[in-house]
Amino acid sequence: MSHPSRQSKSDRRPVPPVITQTRYGTSMKFNIPSEFANGREVQAQILDELGKFKYNSDSVFAIKLSLEEAVVNAIKHGNKLDASKRVYVEALVGPDQVELTIEDEGPGFSRNEVPDPTSPENIEKCSGRGILLIEAYMTSVDWSQDGRRMHMVKRND
Amino acid sequence: MSEQAPPLAVIQEKDIRIVEFMNSKILDEANIAEIGATLNALIDEVEQPRLLLDFATVDHLSSAALGMLINANNRIKQRNGQLRLANIKSQIFEVFRITKLDRLFRIYGTRDEALASFAM
Repeated sequence: MSHPSRQSKSDRRPVPPVITQTRYGTSMKFNIPSEFANGREVQAQILDELGKFKYNSDSVFAIKLSLEEAVVNAIKHGNKLDASKRVYVEALVGPDQVELTIEDEGPGFSRNEVPDPTSPENIEKCSGRGILLIEAYMTSVDWSQDGRRMHMVKRND
Repeated sequence: MSEQAPPLAVIQEKDIRIVEFMNSKILDEANIAEIGATLNALIDEVEQPRLLLDFATVDHLSSAALGMLINANNRIKQRNGQLRLANIKSQIFEVFRITKLDRLFRIYGTRDEALASFAM
């Protein structure tokens, strides 16, 4: 198991992923403190792996946006920016689909209690659109662990 | 940390400020906060601000970026100003459409169309 070394200006280094090859593609597991810089590094590494497969531009856009929204949600709304709490990200990147699992250590939430951001009373509010976008762009999305764990799939079609 | 280039370029066309994004991605929280603060400063500079945001360079944005744009829109409305968006690429426009923000914002295909749409 090897991981290419990365040059970083930052002193903070995210925990490097555990990478394994499976019959479905590359499995990458990350366990990071709740900080945006770490989240960004995780996203970059997953998108690098995605680049090794043939996904069309719309699918890449969808995966990139959904991953961004999910990781930010976990850090910001799940762990409430508490750097002592961890975010766990698992990506299974293969030729047929990308599967992403993001789990935080927050209180969890219920999807049904998230207000509709497109309704007239919410349309001018500045937040609450991440989940709507993920559901629109990914092939499937589901939650477990009282909402702390989000699992989403994008088929390569 | 070295000093970074400003996130926006501003072109004055009569009393309209045309704003261009310097980065193709409006994703990073810090980057979005900086753009938001720069827009707020532009909005607060004049009475009845008129702003045209040109998205020609933008390839990616997040829901946090949408929140920043809504905040700018609300601030401009409070000051009886006008906001126009132009040159949004199709993938980005889809984000506006899904969130129904294509109905909230006044969006035009080209910069010229957006410029012509400002009420005299």
